[in-house]
Amino acid sequence: MIRRTISAVVISALALAACADDSATSDEPDTITLVAYDSFPAADPENPIYLALAEFTADTGIGVDILISGDPGTMLSKATLTAGNPEGDVMWGVDNTYLSRAVDAQVFDPYLATGASELPDEFTELVPNGEATPVDFGDVCVNYDIAALAAAGIEPPTSLADLALPEYAGQLVVENPATESTGLAFLLATIAEFGDDGWEAYWTALRANDVEIVDSWTQAYYESFSWSGGSRPLVVSYGSSPPFEMLYATEPLEAPPTAVVESTCFRQVEFAGVLRGTDAPKAARQLVDFLITERFQREVPLNLFVFPVNPNVELADEFVRYATIPDRPLSLDPAAIDAGRSDWIDRWTDIAIR
Amino acid sequence: MDRYRDPLNRLPRWFVAAVAAPPLGFLLLFYVWPFATLAWRGLGVDAIVDTLDRADTWKVLWFTTWQASASTLLTLTLGLAPAWAVSRFSFAGRRAFLSALTAVFVLPTVVVGAAIVAVLPASLDHSVWAILGAHVVFNLAVVVRTVGAVWEQLPPELEEAAATLGAGPGRAFRSVTLPLLRPALAAAGAIIFLFTFTSFGVIRVLGTAGRSTIEVEVWRRATQLGDLGGAAVLALLQLAVLAALVTWSARAQRRHTHTIGLQGALPRRRPIGRQRWWVASSVGGALAVVMVPLLALVERSMRTDGSYSLAAWRSLGDDEIRPGLRLGVDPLGALRNSATTALWATLFAVVIGGLAVIAITALGRSGRLLDTGLMLPLGTSAVTIGFGMLITFDAPPVDWRASWWLVPVGHALVAVPFVVRAALGVGRSIDPDLRAAAATLGAPPIRAWATTTLPFLRRPLATGAGLAAAISLGEFGATSFLSRSGSETLPIAIERLLGRTGRLFQAQAFALSAILAAATMTIVMLVDAGAAFERREDHARRP
Amino acid sequence: MLGVHDITISFEGRPLLERVSLALDAGEIVALLGPSGSGKSTLLRIIAGLIVPEGGTVEIDGADCTHVPTHRRSVGMVFQDEQLFPHLSVGANVAFGLKMAGMAARERRRRSDDMLELVGLGGFGDRQVGRLSGGEAKRVALARSLAPTPKVLLLDEPLTGLDRELHDRLADEVAAILRATGTTAIWVTHDAAEAAAVADRIVRLGAGTSS
Repeated sequence: MIRRTISAVVISALALAACADDSATSDEPDTITLVAYDSFPAADPENPIYLALAEFTADTGIGVDILISGDPGTMLSKATLTAGNPEGDVMWGVDNTYLSRAVDAQVFDPYLATGASELPDEFTELVPNGEATPVDFGDVCVNYDIAALAAAGIEPPTSLADLALPEYAGQLVVENPATESTGLAFLLATIAEFGDDGWEAYWTALRANDVEIVDSWTQAYYESFSWSGGSRPLVVSYGSSPPFEMLYATEPLEAPPTAVVESTCFRQVEFAGVLRGTDAPKAARQLVDFLITERFQREVPLNLFVFPVNPNVELADEFVRYATIPDRPLSLDPAAIDAGRSDWIDRWTDIAIR
Repeated sequence: MDRYRDPLNRLPRWFVAAVAAPPLGFLLLFYVWPFATLAWRGLGVDAIVDTLDRADTWKVLWFTTWQASASTLLTLTLGLAPAWAVSRFSFAGRRAFLSALTAVFVLPTVVVGAAIVAVLPASLDHSVWAILGAHVVFNLAVVVRTVGAVWEQLPPELEEAAATLGAGPGRAFRSVTLPLLRPALAAAGAIIFLFTFTSFGVIRVLGTAGRSTIEVEVWRRATQLGDLGGAAVLALLQLAVLAALVTWSARAQRRHTHTIGLQGALPRRRPIGRQRWWVASSVGGALAVVMVPLLALVERSMRTDGSYSLAAWRSLGDDEIRPGLRLGVDPLGALRNSATTALWATLFAVVIGGLAVIAITALGRSGRLLDTGLMLPLGTSAVTIGFGMLITFDAPPVDWRASWWLVPVGHALVAVPFVVRAALGVGRSIDPDLRAAAATLGAPPIRAWATTTLPFLRRPLATGAGLAAAISLGEFGATSFLSRSGSETLPIAIERLLGRTGRLFQAQAFALSAILAAATMTIVMLVDAGAAFERREDHARRP
Repeated sequence: MLGVHDITISFEGRPLLERVSLALDAGEIVALLGPSGSGKSTLLRIIAGLIVPEGGTVEIDGADCTHVPTHRRSVGMVFQDEQLFPHLSVGANVAFGLKMAGMAARERRRRSDDMLELVGLGGFGDRQVGRLSGGEAKRVALARSLAPTPKVLLLDEPLTGLDRELHDRLADEVAAILRATGTTAIWVTHDAAEAAAVADRIVRLGAGTSS
């Protein structure tokens, strides 16, 4: 009798605890924080990104604050430092070169968005255990100044190997992979193309061909690149640079002034994830789900300057006509990138700089 | 103060403690604690051994040191002539010239870098000369202002006396003027060395790979490679070098200052005869050096596709540039944010710095410790401070990561040393007899101290406020770390615009830079004008 | 020894000195007396070469030196506020002109000690300039300007700012030293009694007087 009473008490206590647990989840804060890198648009209620998020709030009752955390590397380093006690609830924009570092540091609670099954395999393959959710992609490619090459009577290069030919001597400017993500992507492209035993010889040849190496993309694109007033008609930039030169020209243009060498493109995929230690895991997951919906994804190209992973989104006319989205971009496994990065950069520095 | 050690009239202990507490607390809370937390987390035997073992570390240390030394010497040399012209002569546009120099000080490094590249012949574009050139352009104002302030108090009769004793102009300058300027040169040199040793933006924009400073390495290790330990070791290495330098320069300045009886600013004359040529050429030369970046950015904000247009300026107020197309950066909002942040940062810096000056003068030997301590944030990389704050202020009751005031506090941390430098000299030179006089007239110690000290501190604190505002307006390193969406400041907005493909982004960035420069010039001019106005009033009051 | 002929200069468009002439024999001490604003100091500075006159000539030892820079004129000057070099010791101040003349260090030291002895400050060589009293500073200034034996010594109100007693004593002493060293000197003052006490001859400036 007594025994039964005790077990009854235990059971009801458990039930109570379950109830309490339930009510805790519905007691989640009604506003969550999305942590993003510094090229995410600043808070502006009229910005399409924010209009989309406002719709999310209207539908779910969950408010979204944006927290800009620095360049992508800084953002991840901060997240690593605060893993378990995060600055926000969801993080946008860890790319495939950084993903495995984030996973190793347990920055995320593994979560693959509902609806991710609709995404192309190319993206979901990168997160076989659902570590995070792919949200956008872009390519880093060699761009060229069409008019400058034509004026010099040089044909545009068609491959990475071409860049080491004498006719392209002194024409290319690249970023330092130690300090700029586009530079790292380009180094990875050469490793993907020439393999672990070939890329060093390639860079030796590039150096002999008078490649210019600068510290930042800004410097490469806006100072050294001939289209911006510099002297080099070939630059490592984004696959989306030509359509953006059209869209954001100061005076309307007939056709893009620059173009992309398609076979040099290295694919960067960015991910969003639920930050481990969030006090609103349910709401955070709902937000990640929303981030890959058509509603949000269609704002991605013009406001985040990358392409949507959601295949149902229709791209603006400029992109369809002028953007290069290679079918078979160069790529490397995220784990391999993370394991090799430091060593590759050191070896590259020995070849390209010393 | 030393003469005032009699126990009857000195300031009560509790009062000195109360004045010293806020600056000390500020330093401990926002600098020492975060820094210690980060060092505690990152430092380990492995990190130290690894870092010191890497050949790269020493290569970077070597490049950092020699480029900083070369930049400092070059800037001091080039700054002497304009400092002479500005301190000895009055001429049209003198104040505008000084403000222009100061405005360049806060320009985004990208802008100055671009201007340098535009001016230098292509063969020198990415040589070490580009880095030195940018450092000169940035820091010329420091020499002209710091050295000029002392020079205008040196009576020209000293050089005349040397002439009557047989010294030619060059000899008189070398054997009389230069030694007397030495403390000012040392102070300016120390500040410039500090800035160039920790150079970040200039190196990021102009440094080719292989020319890196410790500051850039700290940033790279911490953020790009996730190697916190290595970053912490390098940050400490940098701090050690700079702490040694600051201590040495403070001692050198003290050794020299007490022997020179400065006279207060002497009236400036209009240049006559051949002087006119010298003044014009030294001011013109300096102006050319700093106007190049200013003009370049105005030009580039209007240059589009080889022709000129105002498209970037027209679209400034409205970030929807074409239907459906937005910049993602709100320029006017950024201007507002910059102004608000600068206001708060200035307020924090002046209050903390002002109290610090009072405490340092009242405390004697331990005051020097506070002085040195407050200088340290200048020599600590923003990345280190930012990371430190992030992992320190992350739990109640100090969960301040999302607080609006963290950015102004970060700016104030960097600005306080300037406020202290601007006001400390005056604070130290107030005649203790003034206080004695007040005491004999019946004023109790605190009252006597307040009536004789505070009025003298007003003007130097105003100068310090101007510098603090300029620093806050231009600050980039710490802000990019602490800034939240919705509170982006002008330099951040400029950097973001320049990070994108598209001519319009570039032109807008240069337009915003021009606005930043104009805002800074206006603020500095207002502060200068205020100081000049008070000086005139003082002259009028004198019998 | 010193000849000043028809010196003319104006200040801010107003004539200050008009065709002023003055001549001194070797070893003569002339007091230049006049109210403030009469151009006495300006005349001294013209003789020293610190100001170029609009008209007229300055002759020293019979040679026209109107356009010779100050440091080649061999004129000494005692400034109103002494203008001692604050970064140098008393001895180094006195030896400054000797160093400019290229004298060897040991000889310089001896000569500056002698000069300090002469002005009554023997043993002051290593002191700091900032610690001197008003009278001591004036003596050092005198020793400094006499050390390189200038052809002419110019004294610009050398005794201002001293109390009466010290002023009178120093006036006698300085005049005695000038005589003892056989120095040709122009002594500018606005104090008639001082002028009478020190000078062989008094020249009044202002009110259009010239001599």
